[in-house]
Amino acid sequence: MKPNSVAIVGAAETTELGKIPNTSQLELHCDAALNAFADAGLKASDIDGVATAGEAATAVAYHLGITPTWVDGTSVGGCSFMLHVRHAAAAINEGLCNTVLITHGESGRSQVGRGAFRRGGGSHGGQFEVPYGVMGPPTLFTLPALRYMKTYGLREEELAMVAVVQREWAARNPRASYRDPITIADVLESRMIAYPFRKLMCCLVTDGGGALILTSAERARDFPTKPVYIVGTGESVETPMISQMEDFNTSKAFRVSGQKAFAEAGITHADVDHLMIYDAFAHLPLYGLEDLGFCDRGQAASFIWERNTAPGGKLPLNTNGGGLSYMHSGMYGMYALQESVRQLRGTAPAQVDGAQISIAHGVGGMFASSGTVILTNQEG
Amino acid sequence: MPRAEPSRYMPKPTPETAPFWEGTRAGELRLQRCDYCSHVYFPPRPFCPKCSGRTVSWFNASGRGSLYSYIISHRPMPGFTPPYSIAVVELDEGPRMMTNIVECPQTPDALQLDMPVEVVFLELSNEIHLPQFRPTQVSQ
Repeated sequence: MKPNSVAIVGAAETTELGKIPNTSQLELHCDAALNAFADAGLKASDIDGVATAGEAATAVAYHLGITPTWVDGTSVGGCSFMLHVRHAAAAINEGLCNTVLITHGESGRSQVGRGAFRRGGGSHGGQFEVPYGVMGPPTLFTLPALRYMKTYGLREEELAMVAVVQREWAARNPRASYRDPITIADVLESRMIAYPFRKLMCCLVTDGGGALILTSAERARDFPTKPVYIVGTGESVETPMISQMEDFNTSKAFRVSGQKAFAEAGITHADVDHLMIYDAFAHLPLYGLEDLGFCDRGQAASFIWERNTAPGGKLPLNTNGGGLSYMHSGMYGMYALQESVRQLRGTAPAQVDGAQISIAHGVGGMFASSGTVILTNQEG
Repeated sequence: MPRAEPSRYMPKPTPETAPFWEGTRAGELRLQRCDYCSHVYFPPRPFCPKCSGRTVSWFNASGRGSLYSYIISHRPMPGFTPPYSIAVVELDEGPRMMTNIVECPQTPDALQLDMPVEVVFLELSNEIHLPQFRPTQVSQ
């Protein structure tokens, strides 16, 4: 895409986050959308493009009363919304639509009005992974970590430190689910889920949603909030079966997506003021920091240990508290994007002073897919 | 051969994977090799994922490999008794596959990365014999 040609002019999360037992999943999409409309000063009839995942785009468009000329139902897991931003920017530039709404809503905890989510017995995953007793992400997403630990000498204490630092950020965020400080010992003494992963190394399971509204940079000046411009994007997929990843020390989808986004944006790592890396589990920020090129191979854990990503550090990471402490509905990518927008608008609870460039990097499935969005508050 | 509890999840073979499951019923671990480029791959499909050739052949793999990575699940699961390992083994022929490491304690000490493992089969049903791996037994 052409850098700075499209901007985010509306961004909001659901009114509530956490435990929302009285709201079905589709209504979480719509609550977030209505909040984003209010943020941008728009209504449904102003929207002519719809993108979503988790629910059908037809359901979201119909339910909200939108008649779109462009629809994107790309659904590759929790990073789908990063891909939607990328596709929407291309569609707006191509003139397929003018104003795009991207929604997420998920009744991850309360399971209200949510469809079944299981791989069929005849799929490759259903034949060659599920029979071994896998029980969702905690027993799948965690599988590469021991190999990484042996390759690079990563210690359990260092893995625990990822969660400790993110709790420090969450403590600054009134909307975070968990805000009380934790120590490395707390993490290592928490209940074992899937060795070597303990409970505090695993994300929350909560209810919530979020929505974004995008339009051309030209029109963006007429909206009530400061536009957040899209300067670089990337996407890729590797495999739906984590057992078939090329290398358990690195994500190919992360590398391909990240390189594409950096090339498009024409920026260097030193230009980045703020970073969001989808953290369903504590090892993900390590893979993200290395695969995006912020750290050399095997160096991400010491980078975090030395507090470079902590409050006051040179590369603030997951400043909302992340999936480990802020919230995690299941498809967390939307919340990473929302925090990047807040940071660039200057409205984040844990604001990074003078942030001009932010990256939201997402994962989908279990290292199955990836999307990267680089944003700025500076006009091109 | 050990039999699994009846409550366990059952995979459903497709026309393309049936020869693999026929193999496990016969006590064989079958893989596919491309007739053009010799690439050996898993899971099964009727073409080569490396060169896109449609002429591929089944062959019996050695059933030997090494432990690439694993977790030890402490979560309840029908048909399993926690803690149990969910592992990925790298076969001597190259491909990796998910499995359980059995016939050894389900502990980090007993499960050392890169240790040699060999295939055994668990009878889930008459149709489905599931390949699992155990630490390689030193021949007597």
